[in-house]
Amino acid sequence: MAWFKRSKENISIESQKRDTPEGLWKKCPACGEILHIQTLKENLSVCSKCNYHFRIGSEEYFSFLLDDKSFKEYDAKMISKDFLNFVDTKKYKDRIREAIKSTGLKDAIRYGTATINKIPVSIACMDFEFIGGSIGSVVGEKIARAADLALNKKIPLIIISSSGGARMMEAAYSLMQLAKTSSRLNRLAKAKVPYISILTDPTTGGASASFSMLGDIHIAEPGALIGFAGPRVIKQTIKKELPEGFQKAETVLEKGFIDLVVHRKEIRQTLTRLLNFIK
Amino acid sequence: MAKVVLDFEKPIYELEQKIDEMKKLSESIELGDEILKLEKKINELRMSVFNNLSRWQKVQLARHPERPYALDYISLMCEDFIELHGDRHFGDDKAIVGGFAKLGDHSVMLISQQKGRDTKTNIYRNFGMPQPEGYRKALRLMQLAVKFNKPIITLIDTPGAYPGIEAEERGQAEAIAKNIFEMSGFPVPIIVVIIGEGASGGAFGIGVGDRVLMLENTWYSVIAPESCSSILWRSWDYKEQAAEALKLTAPDLLQQKIIDRIIPEPLGGAHRDYKKMGMILKEVLLEEIKNLKKIKPEKLLESRLKKYGNMGEWDTL
Repeated sequence: MAWFKRSKENISIESQKRDTPEGLWKKCPACGEILHIQTLKENLSVCSKCNYHFRIGSEEYFSFLLDDKSFKEYDAKMISKDFLNFVDTKKYKDRIREAIKSTGLKDAIRYGTATINKIPVSIACMDFEFIGGSIGSVVGEKIARAADLALNKKIPLIIISSSGGARMMEAAYSLMQLAKTSSRLNRLAKAKVPYISILTDPTTGGASASFSMLGDIHIAEPGALIGFAGPRVIKQTIKKELPEGFQKAETVLEKGFIDLVVHRKEIRQTLTRLLNFIK
Repeated sequence: MAKVVLDFEKPIYELEQKIDEMKKLSESIELGDEILKLEKKINELRMSVFNNLSRWQKVQLARHPERPYALDYISLMCEDFIELHGDRHFGDDKAIVGGFAKLGDHSVMLISQQKGRDTKTNIYRNFGMPQPEGYRKALRLMQLAVKFNKPIITLIDTPGAYPGIEAEERGQAEAIAKNIFEMSGFPVPIIVVIIGEGASGGAFGIGVGDRVLMLENTWYSVIAPESCSSILWRSWDYKEQAAEALKLTAPDLLQQKIIDRIIPEPLGGAHRDYKKMGMILKEVLLEEIKNLKKIKPEKLLESRLKKYGNMGEWDTL
């Protein structure tokens, strides 16, 4: 009986527009809940109402996954180089500089050794914030070195992906990182050193078409977008609406490409249990 | 099929037509000198056009609908070929063809993306855009090659892996990742030739090798210039600039040490002389196979790992 249905919501305290002072509150993009930043942080950047997992970076992941002060970073001073003099609307050189300045990071990945519940691991974590977590020479090289570190120390490798794919500004070199990372993971696999891949929002393109999908075990965060082509490209190609839940972690698990969808709060515990089974 | 003539090919075709007409006339009138003059002129024109192609023009040549495709090369080069079908899990992807091939004295496993020539065959071949089962078929055939110790030759010609719902649901990313992972560890020689378009992961899914060669008028990069334009310029109109920025031609990639060798095409492009192109490619492949067969498997794997390990540049603070 839509003809006398109220077209606007009831006026109530709930529905009234609330001002959100900069820096203090954050709106959940999934359920619209206004969340206090401090509380959100304490909840590992997961919405307390609907469990939406906000995108976070390496600093946050390391803080709740690893034992206190156990992380020892390697190659922290590697930065990207504009070796092709790539210019689109901006120079790549400037993009790198601006990204370093605005994020306080050096590139879209950090790696090193650490312990998880006293189990030593080699761990790499991507930062989507840095040019969309795109894969250039630095990301490729650091993943390869993280794999080598695991191989040399005979400790498990963990990679946390968050990437839109290749870094176009490094053109064909960017594509070659798929082989650089996969070939080192191949060597690691032959040595029977475990590799657990954690896929977070989003893991697409060059990441999913190489290291992210090559784990012995694949763990995904709830709701994470996981796929090869991005949804926009697929929509443009097939000119149809995409099905509900398409490319979401839960669907990708149903299709058989993910072992476990694990709430952020439980990843540390899950990793510990898995590593205890494997070792 | 209607003849396709690219903008920059037009003046050459026009002169060629003129010569044909004169040749017909010369049966009644003496025009030998004039024809010789025009033939000289046309050769100069060909040289000046084809030695000064922009990167975008090379992309257009790589996509020329009259270019030889995989099955053309197979019939031009191979004494025998048995196509093998299916990934043993889901189906047979027509965008990838593969099978045992006889190349001179060598038995090899030959795998390639395959485009269609017209609407009907393009739909059959899905425009040369493989689905996951295509990559898995390729993997199965490569594993056969390893089992029987045969070199693997892949020919690359794809506008990309197919971006569709079912392709995603069947694990397009995993299929490509798995191939790249496995190809880096196969203890047989792998030769990769870009014969047309080498678009990103869709190409690289059969593209890891000991020797990577590019025909003269082909392109290979992480993204097609149009898509690059749409993402970085937020408009489809900057494809020429994107092609320049991506540095995606054979000489570019040779300089970047991403490929090992450029294979010359007949003047005017591969589509102007199939027979000659087939002969050139065959000769190169025979030479490459011969050289790679001399290398011990362990050594082959070691240099493959090292080669990809060396790709990339960065700075240190």
